[in-house]
Amino acid sequence: MTPTMKLDRAGLMALRNRERELLDTAAPRIFCCSGTGCHATGSLPLIETLREEAARQGDGVQVIETGCNGFCAQGPVVVSQPGGILYCKVRVEDAADVVASAGGEPVERLLYRDPSGTAVASMDEIPFFALQRPWTLRNKGRIDPENIGHAIAREGYQGLAKALFDMAPAGIVEEMRASGLRGRGGAGFPTGLKWKFAAASPGDVKYVLCNADEGDPGAFMDRSILESDPHAVLEGMLIAAVAIGSRQGYIYCRSEYPLAIKRLTIAIGQARELGLLGENILGSDFSFDLEIYQGAGAFVCGEETALMRSIEGGRGMPVPRPPFPAQKGLWGKPTILNNVETLANVGRIIRLRGAHYASVGTEGSKGTKVFALSGDVNNIGLVEVDMGTPLSVLVNDIGGGVPGKRSCKAVQLGGPSGGSIPAHLLDTPVDYEAISQAGAIMGSGGVIVMDDRTCMVDMARFFMDFIQDESCGKCTPCREGTRRQLEILTRICEGKGAPGDLRTLEDLAAVITDASLCGLGQTASNPILSALSHFRDEFEAHINEGRCPAKRCVALLKFEVREDLCRKCGLCHKACPAGAVIWGKKQVARIDREKCVRCLACFQACPFDCIE
Amino acid sequence: MTSLTPEQLASVDAVIAEHRDIPGSLITVLRLCQDIAGYFPLELILHIADGMALPVSKVYGVVSFYSIFSLKPKGRHTVRVCTGTACYVRGVREVLDRVEHRFGFKAGGTCEGGRFSLEPVRCLGACGLAPVMVVDRDTHGGVTPDSACAILEEYK
Repeated sequence: MTPTMKLDRAGLMALRNRERELLDTAAPRIFCCSGTGCHATGSLPLIETLREEAARQGDGVQVIETGCNGFCAQGPVVVSQPGGILYCKVRVEDAADVVASAGGEPVERLLYRDPSGTAVASMDEIPFFALQRPWTLRNKGRIDPENIGHAIAREGYQGLAKALFDMAPAGIVEEMRASGLRGRGGAGFPTGLKWKFAAASPGDVKYVLCNADEGDPGAFMDRSILESDPHAVLEGMLIAAVAIGSRQGYIYCRSEYPLAIKRLTIAIGQARELGLLGENILGSDFSFDLEIYQGAGAFVCGEETALMRSIEGGRGMPVPRPPFPAQKGLWGKPTILNNVETLANVGRIIRLRGAHYASVGTEGSKGTKVFALSGDVNNIGLVEVDMGTPLSVLVNDIGGGVPGKRSCKAVQLGGPSGGSIPAHLLDTPVDYEAISQAGAIMGSGGVIVMDDRTCMVDMARFFMDFIQDESCGKCTPCREGTRRQLEILTRICEGKGAPGDLRTLEDLAAVITDASLCGLGQTASNPILSALSHFRDEFEAHINEGRCPAKRCVALLKFEVREDLCRKCGLCHKACPAGAVIWGKKQVARIDREKCVRCLACFQACPFDCIE
Repeated sequence: MTSLTPEQLASVDAVIAEHRDIPGSLITVLRLCQDIAGYFPLELILHIADGMALPVSKVYGVVSFYSIFSLKPKGRHTVRVCTGTACYVRGVREVLDRVEHRFGFKAGGTCEGGRFSLEPVRCLGACGLAPVMVVDRDTHGGVTPDSACAILEEYK
């Protein structure tokens, strides 16, 4: 499409109808994923070859480059329409066949195979997709994120038009409150209430901020949304601006996401050209513009007050609340800060009414939630499910369970502020309150599955290493306390734990939680406390018996082969990079500890867990 | 100014001139200056503070606070190894140990001869490919200790 003029409401409708005809034609179309994950597995040369093939074969097949499809572990992923045929791990060499078969018989060898080995052609029949409810991610894999026409074809900016012309600002806030939407960044504060406070704050200058500083390790929901549907986020910010009376917004995006920044920049440029950003939007008297602000690599900047200090150009350190940002935020003006996923829901909620959104979910948690499923699970990727869905459905049905013959030990939620839910509690529903009761937090949506070879003491140490590194240093209990906790956990992992250590960890946790200013410090000890409540016996085995039950803590391992268990397969011999495993055919393996570099390659290679 | 060429200095001055009147632009200025100079030698910090009319302590405070800014020169190739949770669960620790052992440097450091700088990074958001290693601009997914070393051998 070639944008030529600023749109008014009627123009937006006309453009939607025109673009819809182009996008929803019955002609064959090939959607190739172009998210960060698929880029790394080679989707860029693939897209180029698909385009060349389409031109060469000349049957009018359209090739559309989309954002993250969500099925990251099977990338590069291609969807062929009509028919919704999903192709996995497509190579450049496959391009000719994919194009030739578009609209006809699927290419058998590229189809997804379920665990029994049966090929499944239609995307809708694969449990990974079938059990999801894509509301926030409704455009994922279906539109070209760099073409605003595609977003508009799928009802983009219709919520904005309704908010501008059919609703009063107070009505927008009421609709958001009726939806029950809670902040998807982690804390779960009701979005409508946040907007209500900011709308009530006096002042001519107000700001709308989007928090795209997705810092939790293991979380990639916001990256995927920005890469696949940036206009949904812009529309959410615009509606928020109408509701509180703001003229200026910022998107604070972490610099680790170059593709998301590129797509946002393009989206903002296209929206400006069509008059969806800037002066007199859609011909109304409402004006709003926004800028992207790149983060510089500090986890604490995900905290709202720290983020605002960072946009002002200083060290990203939190300040005390109150005053809350809704009264005094960026540059001292009333400000609302919402997370990417929260904002991506807004346009749809306004378009279809809050009650529709609230029709799904539980008593206290409405609608759907996007999760980034990763770790020791077969179907790694991005999933969206109803609130109230049990974690076991997420891990076993959608995720396809744990790979190999391993079993699930625990599921980590909420990143460094969260906790681990043990396998026996996997019937816990995804609901803010239920997950808190199980000892974790909903968090931003990172779900990391851990198999039985994961050491929970080592994981607690891992998170503490993260937290003490990212503590901004302002509050002494957080700065010093987390360092002491890390020292103790490191000692325990090295087999030098002392009997009073667990008590000291708990005492420190209580002080840090009570005496820290921001969420980072207040939740810093959660990984330790949740590990201690569910896996205390593992800590005790390290301290009292000098034993790591999961065989991960190198200092506590003997590097000996148990002769009674060894099946003489030689896999450890082949895996050893130092030539330290002595083995011959039909012989029990033996480890030469002089040569051994203690790298654990043999432990990972052994299918029978027979190395101690 | 000893460590910056006149061309670099001119580019730095152009960045400062463009941004000095925009409130809150210090981090943007620093990002652009690091692209020009590669890192922040002390002279550069003094020069930026002077140009932006800010206290040196403020500029140094911001440089040292954020992890993308470096006070040390970098190697020819930057190796970023993701140490997010998913990569950790999938064995990135063993990858890091082996790479450090093989090329003789520590995380956060640069190896002899300035071939590589090794930077562990917090989650790159590409958890589907865990463990992930990024060399310069190339992303490598599903690396093992062996494959990581083999990949690095390709970068001279």
